[in-house]
Amino acid sequence: MSKIRVLVGTKKGAFVLTSDGMRKRWKVSGPHFAGWEIYHIKDSPVDPDRIYASQTSDWFGQIIQRSDDGGKTWKTPGSSPDELKTPDGMLTGESNKFVYDTSPETGKPLTTHQWYDGTQHPWRFKRVWHLEPSLENPDHVYAGVEDAALFESKDGGKSWQELAGLRGSDTGPKWQPGAGGMCLHTILLDPKDRQRMFIAISAAGAFRTDDGGKSWKPINHGLHSQYIPDPTAEVGHCVHRIAMHQSRPNTLFMQKHWDVMRSDDAGDSWREVSGNLPTDFGFPIDVHAHEPETIYVVPIKSDSEHYPLKGRLRVYRSRTGGNEWEALTKGLPQRNCYVNVLRDAMSVDSLEPCGVYFGTTGGQVYASTDAGDRWKPIVHDLPAVLSVEAQALP
Amino acid sequence: MIRVVLPPHLRTLARVNGEVELEVKAPVSTRSVLDALEARYPMLRGTIRDHMTHLRRPMVRFFACGEDLSHESPDAPLPNLIASGSEPFLIIGAIAGG
Repeated sequence: MSKIRVLVGTKKGAFVLTSDGMRKRWKVSGPHFAGWEIYHIKDSPVDPDRIYASQTSDWFGQIIQRSDDGGKTWKTPGSSPDELKTPDGMLTGESNKFVYDTSPETGKPLTTHQWYDGTQHPWRFKRVWHLEPSLENPDHVYAGVEDAALFESKDGGKSWQELAGLRGSDTGPKWQPGAGGMCLHTILLDPKDRQRMFIAISAAGAFRTDDGGKSWKPINHGLHSQYIPDPTAEVGHCVHRIAMHQSRPNTLFMQKHWDVMRSDDAGDSWREVSGNLPTDFGFPIDVHAHEPETIYVVPIKSDSEHYPLKGRLRVYRSRTGGNEWEALTKGLPQRNCYVNVLRDAMSVDSLEPCGVYFGTTGGQVYASTDAGDRWKPIVHDLPAVLSVEAQALP
Repeated sequence: MIRVVLPPHLRTLARVNGEVELEVKAPVSTRSVLDALEARYPMLRGTIRDHMTHLRRPMVRFFACGEDLSHESPDAPLPNLIASGSEPFLIIGAIAGG
């Protein structure tokens, strides 16, 4: 029988939730890295026991953790005794060294971006928001960071190199931080075209590479954002999340700051599919594991009131790829609920029926084992949840 | 032998309990203590001082013998009581919150 493992990153540590394929009884392991913010924790699609975690702290900076046994044990890559020195005797311990590439051969000059007050500001690394293991090699993993840039490691997280074509693109000076910082928070790898990737940045927008990360272009045509001087500008949009079904990589779904959007041409153009949603502000968006036109969002009242409308926590599901939405309420609190669901805190599993999971800033992790019809909390009282990733294990 | 006290989160990261004892050649300075600490525990690189600039992270402080040495030159000699191991060199995570 299959097993399910749900990887949960919180404000005060990581938790690993496990169940058999029935998804009724859950075992909770954690907190791992107690007291640290775990922005994201994700498994490799080719080795489910290989898991990467982004551990961060305003005091002590960035740490990358790696597990090779499904989350039972962890290490900072490159810190075992036989890895401590390079052949020329230099110390390693560089799994948390994220340095923007300014070398003439591969990098770009340390450019500037727009700061909160409208002035230009040099790029400064703060933390890793999202880790995306590659589709082919468990040692190859991408990291989306703040200030927005894309890094990759090809040695299991021991060292990181920037894909500088993104940060150094000519629109960079127009990118600006959102309230949470200027973060690269979404990385989608095209399973049919290994040279193609999509990323999203708050508040710059979505970008695509067709050459493995060397060059990037903004893909924001069709977005309309009232909070920037030109609402249809090439960049400056606060994209909260984009999602894709593995079978249809040209179709993308986006939860923007306001507006739920859809593209059927790999991001070249977008159209709004908010339809009958009661509010189209929100953070996460995800796609059913087996139905490419079934998508999920969690509408939030507004950008200044980060809680559900009328205190009722509702997931909305569209079975038509947008526009027509139904409220999913069974098992979710329908009064006095004022939590938020953050952008990386929703995930689906690949069992049948599809499991859907999300975590809240109130520390609940909810699970549905019937594609959203009914929900139950796996845990009630974790620290605020930052990320959720579900794994189906053989 | 130099005695170093790490903040709790860095003790967990380095997987040590209590004080850390380090051999540091004279003259003993903040820089030479941190160099020795990071050589023994590479996972601490970048957590106390920046990887590239080697500047102290803003919310980390260095205390010794009742003094805040955070703003001293990293090459300034540390007090004799630190160099002799009589007193520990304290690495502090700044108190923050309400």
